[in-house]
Amino acid sequence: MIRASAFLPGLGRFYIGLVLAFLYLPLVIMAAMSFNASPFYQLPFESTTHWYVALANDDGLIAATFNSLKIAILTTAIATVLGTAASLGLFRYEFTGKRLLQALIVPPIAIPWLISGTAMLIFFFGTGIGRGLHAILLGHVALALPYVIIVVSARLQTFSRDLEDAAASLGASAWQTTWKVTLPLIAPGVIAGGLFAFAVSFDQFVVSYFLATPGQTTLPVEIYAAIRKGFTPEINAVSTIIIVFSMSLMLVVSRFFRFGGDH
Amino acid sequence: MARVEVQNVQRAFGDHKAVDDVSITFEDGGFYALLGPSGSGKTTLLRMIAGFEFPDSGSIRIDGAAVETVPANKRRIGMVFQNYALFPHMSVAANVAFGLEVSGQKGKDVRRAVSEVLDLVQLGDFGKRRPHQLSGGQRQRVALARAIVTKPRVLLLDEPLSALDKALRTTMQGELKRIQREVGVTTIFVTHDQDEALSIADQIGILKDGRIVQSGAPEEIYDRPNSEFAATFLGDANILDGTVVEGRLRLDNGAVVALPLDSTQTSGRMRCAIRPERVRLAVRNAGGRAEPGATVVWGTVRRRLFSGSFSRYAVDCGGSELQAIAQRGATRDLAIGTEVELSWDRRDLIALS
Repeated sequence: MIRASAFLPGLGRFYIGLVLAFLYLPLVIMAAMSFNASPFYQLPFESTTHWYVALANDDGLIAATFNSLKIAILTTAIATVLGTAASLGLFRYEFTGKRLLQALIVPPIAIPWLISGTAMLIFFFGTGIGRGLHAILLGHVALALPYVIIVVSARLQTFSRDLEDAAASLGASAWQTTWKVTLPLIAPGVIAGGLFAFAVSFDQFVVSYFLATPGQTTLPVEIYAAIRKGFTPEINAVSTIIIVFSMSLMLVVSRFFRFGGDH
Repeated sequence: MARVEVQNVQRAFGDHKAVDDVSITFEDGGFYALLGPSGSGKTTLLRMIAGFEFPDSGSIRIDGAAVETVPANKRRIGMVFQNYALFPHMSVAANVAFGLEVSGQKGKDVRRAVSEVLDLVQLGDFGKRRPHQLSGGQRQRVALARAIVTKPRVLLLDEPLSALDKALRTTMQGELKRIQREVGVTTIFVTHDQDEALSIADQIGILKDGRIVQSGAPEEIYDRPNSEFAATFLGDANILDGTVVEGRLRLDNGAVVALPLDSTQTSGRMRCAIRPERVRLAVRNAGGRAEPGATVVWGTVRRRLFSGSFSRYAVDCGGSELQAIAQRGATRDLAIGTEVELSWDRRDLIALS
């Protein structure tokens, strides 16, 4: 094996730098511009918090942000509970049609959101569910579920069924076994699944765009609408806040749970 | 403490009959070994007694009450798994307390019971450790403590020692036996290791292809196996084929020997077994005739396997090979090519069905 320290100083370090720049440079520039007085990205840099003040007064953008957060949190809660329950069911029980069901769980991830969105719009319209935040929530849960099931099921692959049998032999009911043995041990998978669900919902533009009603939108939809009207650095400001928020969340979670590996 | 009766139990996985019409009774307080090669159905049988699998037909009774449809958590059995199945996120004490706590016990009683049972398995100071901080033997003890602390009616062990090295396994066999005697719980022990079954159990059931081929005390099965499988799976055996002629057995290699003592067969083919340690070896014509009642076969030493306190010889007797074990010291070591006479007491010759 090549020693990392011997390899890194050269090409390796350059490559890592390139990847990080590719990932973060646009974000850094955007964050910087949210503090720049010029609305047209003009230099020299002139520091201001003007755009943040303006953002505080932009009711539309703030309402959309809270809608997005609300929907993302609800989606995370619902999809994580349903997805974990589904994964446990698939893990524990044998039933007819199980293989078919398992095979049908993954493909929705590969279906373009544009098509899922169209299908949902037609379906919700036809069934009377209609459009609005409730429709967006339903849509997001449907989009997030496969991610949760895949991540939690992957975690369950490393979980020994003997542990559940052992708990049962000691007199634990299925419920006690789930809470005291299974869930604590697959928690990293459940939390990772929840993060995916949050990301799928909070990021979601296409499906939200199709299902939103004019007054009630989510942040990505609102940003899109704002850009069409004319770009303002307020967008930079709100985006910077969101980046700081989501990155902190990820850092905190990944500090407490080492994903993939065992304790 | 309880008596377990398995009656005509069947369990198939697809076309494969894992357990095929098994009936066996485990008496209260007994230490039983279910012995068989992998795929013989011993683990499936154990899992049905535990309640992790359910029979397709037949009945399982614990103290007279049918339990074959009762789920595992209502059977009041204790189980030790091959990989121990300790809860990795809990301390040793929490693992042991688990069974007491899920049944609603709390506080001081639980702590006292846990510390008592940890003392019993000689892990009194290990309560705060996590399973991954323990050695294999220690994990084994924790698994055992966890299984017996709830005072189960039956203790089931699924190849519990197979992951341990040989020295530790011997120690744990003794420990297991001591603890079982102290607790007095009916114990069913699944293993594929014949030595383990012989040394640990009061009663052995030998399984093959989902059926019990023989059951009884270890000495009984070892001395009087009823089939070639039982004879060769539990210990080593020389298998002798021959024809009964005029009250004697003419072996296929031409030698004529006395019939097994308990044989009433007067003609036809016969298959017998003789344990290698029951075969006596002597240099041919070294002096004197064989003892009366003994049976003599001549042969040539082909191989010798030295095992410290004894040697194992492979002797060619007119085309068929016989194994003989000789204690060193009792006999001189025999060189390869030595012409020898093999003899045995006809009481040690076992007629196989």
